[in-house]
Amino acid sequence: MKQKTTAVLSAAALVLGVAGTTQAGTLEDVQSQGVLRCVVSTGIAGFAQPDASGVWKGFDIDFCRATAAAVLGDANKIEAVTSTGKTRFTKLNAGEGDVLWRNTTITFSRDVGVKLRFHGVNYYDGQGFMVKKSLGVNSASELDGASVCIQTGTTTELNLADYFSANGMKYEPVTIETNDEARQNYESGRCDVYTTDASGLASTRSALPNPDDHMVLPEIISKEPLGPATRHGDDQWSDIVTWVLNATITAEELGVTMGNVDQMRSSNNPEVLRLLGVDGSQGQELGLSNDWAYQIIKQVGNYGEIFERNIGVDTPLGIARGLNALWTEGGLMYSPPFR
Amino acid sequence: MASSNAPSNVLSQLWRNKESRGVIIQIFTMVIVFGLLAVIARNVVINLEAVGKEFSFDFLFWPAGYDIGFSPFIEYTNKSTHFMSGVVGLLNTLLIAFWGCILATILGFVIGIMRLSSNWLVSRVSYVFVEFVRNVPVLIHILAIYAIVVTILPSTKQAISLGGDLFFLSNRGFYIPAPIFESGAGWVGIVLLISIGLVIAFKRRAKRIQDNTGRIYPVFWISLAILTVLPSLALVAMDTPISWDIPALKGFNFQGGMAVKPEFIALWLGLSYYTAAFIAEIVRAGILAVSHGQTEAAHALGVRPNRTLQLIIIPQALRIIVPPLCSQYLNLTKNSSLAIAIGYMDITATLGGISLMQTGKEMETMLIVMGIYLIISLLISSFMNWFNSRIKLTER
Repeated sequence: MKQKTTAVLSAAALVLGVAGTTQAGTLEDVQSQGVLRCVVSTGIAGFAQPDASGVWKGFDIDFCRATAAAVLGDANKIEAVTSTGKTRFTKLNAGEGDVLWRNTTITFSRDVGVKLRFHGVNYYDGQGFMVKKSLGVNSASELDGASVCIQTGTTTELNLADYFSANGMKYEPVTIETNDEARQNYESGRCDVYTTDASGLASTRSALPNPDDHMVLPEIISKEPLGPATRHGDDQWSDIVTWVLNATITAEELGVTMGNVDQMRSSNNPEVLRLLGVDGSQGQELGLSNDWAYQIIKQVGNYGEIFERNIGVDTPLGIARGLNALWTEGGLMYSPPFR
Repeated sequence: MASSNAPSNVLSQLWRNKESRGVIIQIFTMVIVFGLLAVIARNVVINLEAVGKEFSFDFLFWPAGYDIGFSPFIEYTNKSTHFMSGVVGLLNTLLIAFWGCILATILGFVIGIMRLSSNWLVSRVSYVFVEFVRNVPVLIHILAIYAIVVTILPSTKQAISLGGDLFFLSNRGFYIPAPIFESGAGWVGIVLLISIGLVIAFKRRAKRIQDNTGRIYPVFWISLAILTVLPSLALVAMDTPISWDIPALKGFNFQGGMAVKPEFIALWLGLSYYTAAFIAEIVRAGILAVSHGQTEAAHALGVRPNRTLQLIIIPQALRIIVPPLCSQYLNLTKNSSLAIAIGYMDITATLGGISLMQTGKEMETMLIVMGIYLIISLLISSFMNWFNSRIKLTER
């Protein structure tokens, strides 16, 4: 069992590791390694999955690439440290990865109890249910007595328990370790329902043989703000991850895209000039080169481009922007100003 | 001059002396081992402090918040504590270990004896089974059986009905009627206990008579008669106080009755036949180690082949079989932690899995889980040591 071994290894790192891995200096470590290690999932279509030639692609991977572009100047210098829902925080805290970009819900207990630092939301999600259309179920309130496939080690496990007991319904939890195993169990009929974040359901549905035989129920039973995380104790590194995310959102808001970023360097808008490092010294204040945000947009793109390329309406996942549209367009994506 | 040289002289003498050199080396080894342990403990404390985590077991009494699909023994809800989820996991681990050891032993003995059969086909079948099973990792066996159970068996709506709609087989489990005890059932239970007592008493008596006179009673058939006739009479006398809760399809799943879940079936069968392959070889080795002269002597005395095996070969073979058998039981118990691969909720999956994740207490949960496996294993070892000392060669 790979996951188990790595959990044990991470615990071993906690035992044997030098007491220094969790202190300041992640930026220097990454720059001296010359590669950024991102903790990512073991494979969720559209979010993080290796393509046919083994190159990792996806929404989370693009944010990892954006971070590498900012820190190392080259978006390709990343290493994907795969982890299950169960091992992700142990891996991050044991220093096996530098930053976590992995469909991770921000919660109180993770922030405070697991001692993580969260840096804002890159995807507003919520937990939903997927069923086979042949079951004839149209609402989650009709699921009394159903068998529900669920990934272990996730917030969805707790939401599910709360939702069913709040509505006085019973269910049989079928607890699975990875998304792929959950999909197999759902396909074979071991469970009636698969529940996870709505984005994950869209991803799983797109990978099923006949996506049209399955439907996602209308109920969204939880708030799942997904975002990046880092370890406690390195404020500089935390700032960098926070502002990498903000840079992609601000770029979309200011209309800076992969295609026009070079022209934008001679824009009249002072905020664009500050963002791209033409004016001011924001990059140096972060400890990076001044063109850090330029590199992100040039090599990876702005938030909207990352979204549409990996999970947007023209992809097999076909997710509309919804809550993830910019605040100016009715969504929740809102970055503090670059000032 | 001589006095200033004394200490080094003493040391070099101590070093030259074989016994004291041994002691010195042992002391050094101990210092190194304990030093390493101290470094590890210190590292843990420093590293946990560095991430701002407190080493504490308080989390055990926080509400767990998650549901467990398989808790046959105790009531568990998502409002129970992490401690209770650990208990559920522990009971599930013990359940699989118990039934696994029993099935593995039965299969192992049968296959081991088949392997020694003079029938070519029987011994070859057993040979192929052993070599195939023990040369494939046990995780693969478990995953394969789980895949077979879940994909080949029909869904609940098309469940295979057996015995006139009493038993149902589907990929959600094997559903069987569950007994409901009404008033008066207690008396039947008491009668059952009494008949078990009678069987034990009868067995002792039969053995004594056999030891004294050589007369052999058909112990098995008489025991079976006692065990079936008396409780049935009690059942009739009390006007059948036991009714059956028969499983029926309601909504998504079967309701009522008892369910043996596919996760349990896969883990149980996988662990059992994998371990049985090893036990078969141990049994074969044990039997082959008993000198053929013993069989010949028994045959010469007119003892039938079945009895020769039962009374002469197996008791002697057991002395060789039991110690390695103990290791196999330990292996099976520890391998049961592979449950997590198919979602059987054992201690590794509940306390060492979900609770770890929800509370972020890796060190604490892992220490508890390790401690529990250690205790279970030590209990099994001490039981097997006791059993071994009972059957060992009594020298007069």
